[in-house]
Amino acid sequence: MATLLIAEHDNTNLNELTARALTAARAMQSPVTLLVAGSNCQAVAEQAAGLGGIERVLVADAPHLAQQAAEPMGALIAELAQDFQAVLAVASSTGKSVLPRAAALLDVMQVSEVTKIVSPDTFVRPIYAGNAIETIQSSDPIKVITIRSSAFEPAGQGDASAPIVAVPTPKTRHCRPLNARNWRRRTGPIWDRRASSFPGGGHSARRKHSTSSSNPSPPNSVPLSAHPAPPSTSGYAGNELQVGQTGKVVAPDLYIACGISGAIQHLAGMKDSRYIVAINKDADAPIFHVADYGLVGDLFEILPELESKL
Amino acid sequence: MKILVAVKRVVDPNVRVRVRPDGQGVELTNVKMAMNPFDEIAVEEALRLKEAGKAEEVVLVSIGPAQANETLRNGLAMGADRGIHVQTDARVEPLAVAKLLKAIAVEEAADLMFLGKQAIDDDANQTGQMLAALLGWAQGTFASRVELGEGRVSVTREVDGGLQTVSLKLPAVITTDLRLNEPRYASLPNIMKAKKKPIDVRTVESLGVDISPRHTVLSVTEPPARKAGTLVASVDELLDRLRNEAGVL
Repeated sequence: MATLLIAEHDNTNLNELTARALTAARAMQSPVTLLVAGSNCQAVAEQAAGLGGIERVLVADAPHLAQQAAEPMGALIAELAQDFQAVLAVASSTGKSVLPRAAALLDVMQVSEVTKIVSPDTFVRPIYAGNAIETIQSSDPIKVITIRSSAFEPAGQGDASAPIVAVPTPKTRHCRPLNARNWRRRTGPIWDRRASSFPGGGHSARRKHSTSSSNPSPPNSVPLSAHPAPPSTSGYAGNELQVGQTGKVVAPDLYIACGISGAIQHLAGMKDSRYIVAINKDADAPIFHVADYGLVGDLFEILPELESKL
Repeated sequence: MKILVAVKRVVDPNVRVRVRPDGQGVELTNVKMAMNPFDEIAVEEALRLKEAGKAEEVVLVSIGPAQANETLRNGLAMGADRGIHVQTDARVEPLAVAKLLKAIAVEEAADLMFLGKQAIDDDANQTGQMLAALLGWAQGTFASRVELGEGRVSVTREVDGGLQTVSLKLPAVITTDLRLNEPRYASLPNIMKAKKKPIDVRTVESLGVDISPRHTVLSVTEPPARKAGTLVASVDELLDRLRNEAGVL
């Protein structure tokens, strides 16, 4: 028996998070097969074939898989999964939409946002916004797992390319046709989860509205781009920039929390960062309980100074 | 158009949860409970569709112990028409919840189902997707905008790269994200009125669903604590520490 890993990609490039999920897949102690499902995604399959420790790459290439919609993807994965003991995917917005659908079709539970694989049937995952850590054992014949990528190091490249095998892509009766799928990217900084450091801005960062004007850019960082919920619910920062229980989870080397009070829902998204710096004018803000370095003061004075001295 | 909304009773989001001394779960005795915040957003969205004349009835479903009745009453006080309470003291996993909800969706001949995208207790984020799969319906997860059309519903989804809009053929399952709406507070007259609204209490057996868990919880522990760090006096000291002590700059 083997492990099926679902590749994260945009039909052109393999997302680096796949290599992190591969590290988790290898911990399942069986050969890993990678599935690249999409449309005109041959280039992705070739990139994926270079990853170390995979046995083969399956390619499901069909127009109706172009957006990796949950309905056809769930049915495809459920069908392929019959030959595997485990199915893994990154807990991205795609993985989180697709994999539970496949799990239900297989009549198994999903194990969500796994941070550690103890053994092929025992997994560690955070619950209650990371305020408790649960270790569970699954009795399901096929384990369906989403991986919290920030908890795993990326796997390296292999010595030789794995073989690429095309698989059929049956149209599904499980779903009804969708139309008019379209993307709208937000303007402004699109963040990069892999950045080694970045600043986060809270509600108070709204005061001067233009956060980019007070934007310190340490080396290898992305622009001021990680917000806990309030600024993004109030509409001035996009949802894709939200860090926390319901947003993204990051673990950079350096996280600079600017004007963030430290609500548990936000801490859930960043407290695994290696170093946390908190800048807040409220010396009693809970963020100082988790920060390695705290600086009490007005972020609109501190950030420009920080930027000028970097 | 009949809309079903699934609501879950969870620990109040403002409560700081504590792991039980026996390491088998978190402390739930004498802890304030509330409707899952994402489910409140789901109820609100269904009510807005009804108020816009696009739906006739909003029915709430909750699965859980006797106290889940309170959660249903809260939703009825917001304005929903009636409730269905599948009463059980067992631990019900998302897959079993999806099966129970499917049975009710079929019984009720629902056209649209709203669920919160995740419950803030188990953070599993899978029930809505599973329900859609079991029903063979289309799904619109992480919705930040919903527009109901003729036989279709357009859902704007919050995805990693930004926003994605999908048009789903009805019936469909929609899971709600934070930015979809701001749920209303129930007014006192509506709280009083809600006491008279019907709640149908059902058993798991009557729905013919096997809810035996697939996961065994081996342990629940506190997360590794971050020790509080030091306060620095100036930007210069901060940069010095980051460069020379932490070595991250």
